[in-house]
Amino acid sequence: MRFGIAVFPGTWSDRDWAHAVSLDGHEAVMLWHKEADLRGADCVILPGGFSYGDHLRCGAIARFAPLMAVVADFAREGGLVLGSCNGFQILCEAHLLPGALLRNESLEFRCQPQALRVETTATPFTAGCAVGELLSMPVAHGEGRYVADVATLDELEAQDRVIFRYAPARDQRAAGASPNGSQRDIAGIVNGARNVLGMMPHPERACEPLLGSSDGLRLIRSVVAALDARGAVAV
Amino acid sequence: MITRPVEVPEPRVLAEVALTETEYRRAVDLLGRAPNGVELGIIGALWSEHCGYKTSKPLLRRLPTRGARVLQGPGENAGAVDIGAGLAAVFKIESHNHPSAIEPYQGAATGVGGILRDVFTMGARPVALLDSLRFGPLEEPEQRRLFDGVVAGIGGYGNCIGVPTVGGEVYFDESYRHNCLVNAMCVGVLRHEDLTRARASGPGNPVLLVGADTGRDGIHGATFASVELDAQSEARRPAVQVGNPFLEKCLMEACLELAGDPRVVAMQDLGAAGLTSSATELAHRGGCGIELDVERVSRRERGMTPYEVMLSESQERMLLVVRAGEEGAVMQAFDRWDLHSDVIGRITDDGRLRVHAGDGVVCDLPLAMLIDDVPLRHPPLAPRPRPWGAAADLLAAPPPWPLAEALLRLLGSPNIGSRRPVFRRYDHQVGDDTVVLPGGDAAVLRIKGTALGVAVTTDGNARYGALDPRRGAEIAVVEAARNCVAVGAEPLAVTNCLNFGNPEKPEVFWQLSEAVDGLAAACAALDTPVVSGNVSLYNDTSGVSIDPTTVVGMVGRLGDVGRRLTPAFGAAGDRVFLVGPVSAELGGSEYQRLAHEVNCGPPPALDLGLERRVQDAVRAAAEAGLLRSAHDCSEGGLAVALAECAIAGAIGVRALLPELAQPTGLASEAAGILFGESQSRFVVSCPAEDVSVLREHLEGAAVPFLELGPVGGDEITVGTALDVSVRDARAAYDAALETG
Repeated sequence: MRFGIAVFPGTWSDRDWAHAVSLDGHEAVMLWHKEADLRGADCVILPGGFSYGDHLRCGAIARFAPLMAVVADFAREGGLVLGSCNGFQILCEAHLLPGALLRNESLEFRCQPQALRVETTATPFTAGCAVGELLSMPVAHGEGRYVADVATLDELEAQDRVIFRYAPARDQRAAGASPNGSQRDIAGIVNGARNVLGMMPHPERACEPLLGSSDGLRLIRSVVAALDARGAVAV
Repeated sequence: MITRPVEVPEPRVLAEVALTETEYRRAVDLLGRAPNGVELGIIGALWSEHCGYKTSKPLLRRLPTRGARVLQGPGENAGAVDIGAGLAAVFKIESHNHPSAIEPYQGAATGVGGILRDVFTMGARPVALLDSLRFGPLEEPEQRRLFDGVVAGIGGYGNCIGVPTVGGEVYFDESYRHNCLVNAMCVGVLRHEDLTRARASGPGNPVLLVGADTGRDGIHGATFASVELDAQSEARRPAVQVGNPFLEKCLMEACLELAGDPRVVAMQDLGAAGLTSSATELAHRGGCGIELDVERVSRRERGMTPYEVMLSESQERMLLVVRAGEEGAVMQAFDRWDLHSDVIGRITDDGRLRVHAGDGVVCDLPLAMLIDDVPLRHPPLAPRPRPWGAAADLLAAPPPWPLAEALLRLLGSPNIGSRRPVFRRYDHQVGDDTVVLPGGDAAVLRIKGTALGVAVTTDGNARYGALDPRRGAEIAVVEAARNCVAVGAEPLAVTNCLNFGNPEKPEVFWQLSEAVDGLAAACAALDTPVVSGNVSLYNDTSGVSIDPTTVVGMVGRLGDVGRRLTPAFGAAGDRVFLVGPVSAELGGSEYQRLAHEVNCGPPPALDLGLERRVQDAVRAAAEAGLLRSAHDCSEGGLAVALAECAIAGAIGVRALLPELAQPTGLASEAAGILFGESQSRFVVSCPAEDVSVLREHLEGAAVPFLELGPVGGDEITVGTALDVSVRDARAAYDAALETG
C-alpha cells in the first residue's frame, strides 16, 4: 500500500509517519506542498507540525497550498485522508471537516499519553477496533480544543461521526478527561462521507511496544483493510 | 622598541565594546595603527569573554578532551563521539543567561535556536533538547514570571521546530534571584561520513549568507553577555534577539539536505557577534582569509551601518562556503525551502578579514590577531573556601519534623518534586525515538534501524558548589554519569557549561579554577572526556555573584535499548537493594535547606574510585538483564529515591536499614541517613529469583551494598522509622511545581 505524506514547510510528523507505515511494509511517498501531485498515493496523511509557522491561524495558510487542491479533489472522490494534529487543523480550515481547533483551555501546550475511547467502528479508520475500546496515543499540541456550534455538534453525534473521545485512562464511561477542553471531549471526527478523518492525537507515535503503545497500528491496519477491500492495490 | 603615543578613545567608547585600555593598546600594537570604528567593534566582540574566552581559556586547557570514542573535541560548533554502527552523537550545551534575565521568553527561545544550529551545522539531525534552569525562590511572583516565561520560550521554539525536549533540570535558590540561568543542550545523530566541519578552504570560493535578513537586533549581544547586569540592563533589551523557529525549521531541513554534499565546503551558523565571529572562525580554522561586502547582505531595515551589519545577532542565519561555480545549485536548494541567500563574499588566501561597503574597505584585520592573539586575562586568584564546621554539628541539631513529615516536605519541594508541569509543556516525543520519557534519570532515545540507544542528561547542584566549587563540579559529573548508568547506559562524554560570577573578583576566579579542576578529575576518573562546552561569566547583579554553578551535560550509550531501565518498581515481591555506602551526612542537602534554611557543613564526600566501581557494577548488572529498576540516589537522599521509585511504579516498598536501629544519640542522625545526599549510590530492584545472582555479582565487584527489602503494598516504610503512603507521597510530589 502507498501512503502519501504531505510535507508543508514546518511539518514535523512526516518522517514519523513514514517510519510508522513502513513497520507493516507499506510504502511512504512524500508529497511536497508546492506540487499538485499525489504521486499515486492510496491514502493521504496530513501530519502534525506547524505548517507555515502557524502564521495567521493553525492550518490557515496550508489550505491554499497547491497540494491541498488535489487533496480536496481526492477527498471528494472518496479517497482516504487522515489528518492528525496540524493535519486536523488544516482539514477544518479547508472545510473538509466542520468546526475549528482553538487554544487549549489551559493556555499551555500539552504533551502526554492520552486514552481515547472508540465511539464508532463504522469508518475505514476504526473498522478494526471495538466500540467503547480504549486506545492509548500521545497528544502534543497547544491548539487542540475542538469547537463547533451546537447544531453541528448535534449533527456530528446524530450521524455517528464522532470517532474518538478523550477518556480517563482506566474508565471507559467517565467524561472530562480532555487535555484541551474540547467540546463534548471530541478528539476525532469524520466527514459526512466518512472518508476524511481529523484527530488531534498522534497515531504515528504509538506504533511500537518500544514507544509504549501499538494502538496507532490499528488505524493503519484498518485503512489498509479498507483499501484492500476496495481493490485499490495496484497489481 | 619605540612605542608610538596611542590616543585612547573615551572610556565610554571602550565600555561599549567591553575592552580595557590595556587591551586597546594591545590592539593598536598588533595592528600597527589605531583601529577604525568598525574594526574596534569587531575586535571588542571577538576579544569578549563570550567569543574569546579570554579569562577561562588558560583554565580550560586542563580538561581531558581525548578518548577512543571522540571524533571531534572542543573547537568546533559541537563535539562528536562514536556510538557504534558507524554513527556518532553530536552535542553541546550553551548558556543564554543574560538575555533570559531581561526577556525570558525570547532569551530562552533563542538559546534553543542557537544550540540547534550548532548541531545541524555539523551535519547532524538534532534528536533531543535539554535545558538546565535556575531561578530564585519560586514563591516570589517575579521568579514565577521568569520561570514561566523561560519554559514557554523553550517550548515555543522546540515544539515548533519539531525536536523533542526530553530532559534537563530546574532548581530554585536565592543565589539566582537576579541572575537566572538558562543552559540549553542539543544532541544530534549522524553517520560518521556526514560530519561537516566549519573550515573554509579554496581561495576564490564564494561565501553564502542564508536565512533571515539582517536587522539591528542583538547588536552587542556578545559584549552584553560579558559584563555584569545592573539597574540599566532593562535598557539593553535591544541586545536580546527575537527567534523565528519556523524559519529555523526550514533552514535546518535545507542544511541537512546538503550535509555531506561535496559542493558545500564548510558551514557555520551565526551566533554571538553574528557575521563577525562566524566569518572569522570559518576562515581562520581553514587557514584562509575572507572578504565580505556588507552591501550584499539583505537587510530588514534601512540605514544600517557596516558596523551594525557586522555585529547584528539576527537569528536563523547560516554562512556557507561553496565550491566556485556551484553557488547557483546550492542557492536553488535553499530556494526550494523559500530561503533567501546571497553571495556576500569569497575566501582569500591572505589570512585577513576584509570588509567592503561597496567600493570602500571598512575593515582590514589579520584573523590571527582576532583569534590567536586574544589578550588573555589572568586575574588574581584568592582561595576563599567556605568554613565548613563539623559534620557532626549538623547531625546534632534537633530536627523540626518527624521523619514522615520531612519526607513529604522534601517530595513537595520545588527542587525535588515532579517536573511534569514543565515537561508536559514540551513536545518530548516528536521524532518517535523517546523510549525513556522525561521524569526519571536520563532520557533515552532509540536509534531507528539499530539496537542502539542514546542516554542524555544534564546535572549540576550549586549548593555543593557554593560549599566547595571543586567538589560541586566533581559531583555534577558523577551524578550525570549515574543518571546514564541508571537507565542502563555507558557514560561516553561530557559537555559543560560553567556559570560563574565576575572573574575579575579573585574569589570568583578561584571558584572557576577549582571547578575546572573538579571537572577534569571526575571526567578522567570516569573516562568521559569533555568534547564541547561554554563559559558564562559575569553572572552578577549589582556586585553580587551567583553561587558557582557547573552544569554537566552527558551522553551515554546503550548497546541494546531493550535493556533500558527506569526508576519504577515493577512487581510485588521484587527485592530492593541499595548499591553504595550507607552514611549519615547533611551538608549541602535539600533537607538542610528546608529544615534549617542554611547551606553549610562539608558537601557530600566523594571517592572517585568507589564511584567508578559502583557505576560499573550497576551497569554490568543492567546489561546482564539482572535488574528490574534502577534509580540514582541524589537530592533528598535514600528516602526520596525510594519514594520516587514507589511513585513511578505505583507500588510501595518495605525497607529495613540496620543502621537506623543503632542510634548514636545525635538528634538528626536518622535524618542524616535517610535524607543525606551521600554519593556513589543507586536504588535498584530485581526479581526475587535473581537475588543470589545479583548478590554474587555485587560482591564480585567489591562494592558496598545492602538488601533493603521487598517491593509491595501501598506504603513506603523504612523499618519502624518511616511510614508514608504512596498516595500521600505522590500527592506531595505532584504538587511541587503546580501553580498555587
